[in-house]
Amino acid sequence: MAVNLFYFLVFPGLLFAAITGAFLSWFDRKITAMVQFRKGPPLLQPFYDFFKLLLVKETILPKQGSPLIFLLAPVFSAFGATMAGVFILLPLSNIATGFRGDLLVIFYLLTIPSFSYIIGALASANPLAAVGSSREMKLIISYEFTFLLFIAGIIMKCGQQFDLYSIIQAQQTSSPFIGSISGVLLFIVGIFCIQAKLALVPFDMPEAETEITEGIFIEYSGAAFALIKLTKYIMFFILPALLIALLMNGFRFNGFNILWAVLKLLAVVLALTLIRNTNPRIKIRQAIKFFALWMNLFAVIALVLIEFGY
Amino acid sequence: MGFKNYCFKKSLWVFHFGGASCNNCDIEILDCLTPRFDLERFGILLVGSIRHADVLLVNGIINHHDKDRLIEVYNQAPKPILVVAIGACGCTGGIFTDSYTFAGPVDKIIPVNAYVPGCPPKPEAIIAGIVKLAGG
Ligand code: SF4
Repeated sequence: MAVNLFYFLVFPGLLFAAITGAFLSWFDRKITAMVQFRKGPPLLQPFYDFFKLLLVKETILPKQGSPLIFLLAPVFSAFGATMAGVFILLPLSNIATGFRGDLLVIFYLLTIPSFSYIIGALASANPLAAVGSSREMKLIISYEFTFLLFIAGIIMKCGQQFDLYSIIQAQQTSSPFIGSISGVLLFIVGIFCIQAKLALVPFDMPEAETEITEGIFIEYSGAAFALIKLTKYIMFFILPALLIALLMNGFRFNGFNILWAVLKLLAVVLALTLIRNTNPRIKIRQAIKFFALWMNLFAVIALVLIEFGY
Repeated sequence: MGFKNYCFKKSLWVFHFGGASCNNCDIEILDCLTPRFDLERFGILLVGSIRHADVLLVNGIINHHDKDRLIEVYNQAPKPILVVAIGACGCTGGIFTDSYTFAGPVDKIIPVNAYVPGCPPKPEAIIAGIVKLAGG
């Protein structure tokens, strides 16, 4: 029991994932600044933002709508992200959970933050939040099937193993999955799914701040918004970590391999940041087409290639 | 300066309220966020929703139409909120003081924490104002 609580709250759960994610989000902002020839924020900026929202600012509740659900939604999103983080990061740090089939649980847990945002936004009774949440719904519908195909590809590739630990072990004993044609295709599919799950720029229409002024988050302020920030930090760490676990043989924490693990993580985040900085925001219709047609096509080609052993 | 206050001053998110301005001040405010001046190195971000704002930048004169909206926006902001009046128009009314649409300078309508005079103020002046706000 105590060890489970430790897993959930300290390592690799809430505290560890949040701090690492905060540093990664600083890295993202710094790279963005460097791409635009700016200097960028200081290293501790994500912590300043979080503690300012949590401790200083007032939390305003909607007069119409449902204040209780409005307040509970960020709590659920942070909880879902932390649970998903525990399930992803325990096998990644080579602690066997003995839970067969955790990949499917991760798949469901990763959708909880998006669903909570939708519920919270609708509970705020703000028309722009409603527009944002309808876009978020369409975005989920478009990328979720692709993400399922991506996971199916990984499961086929390692011989019908449904748990993350065996998938990582299978890669560490032979070679990482990304070293094959189907692996590269799956990586492309996966990184775009992650981009959409994080709502980064080509797919940031639910919270388009120049268009519908932060959309789903428009009414959040103070501590509730701090929890949303926390969720975003955690997701910014665990989704790249999941990609590394599934395709790039996970992390190993001994000697020289620690540096290698950090480099892998930074490389994936760098790829996400560069995609976000070199693309405009697309329309929701284009996003649905992009996933339903192109990414599904890529994923199906990858599945066929895996079937023939490439 | 306590921990809370330190975090607040290090992460000022700005919401821009453009009154009836001649648009020069708006452009100078946007200049501050461009690569040359880069306000993000102080943790300053431009946000889209007043609910996320810590600083309310007001520029241009406030006419009778704007007055109610300015009060509304100010009331919607989560407290504490700092208000900065940018430009001669925001501070006093500037060249539009005698206009029949003028409803009073910003500090007659909502409390103001800092004034940045100039017509328009240079980006350096806006940065100096914000650094004073963050330092004090
Ligand atoms: S202060 Fe000058 S530049 Fe600024 S809005 Fe007024 S007239 Fe225009």
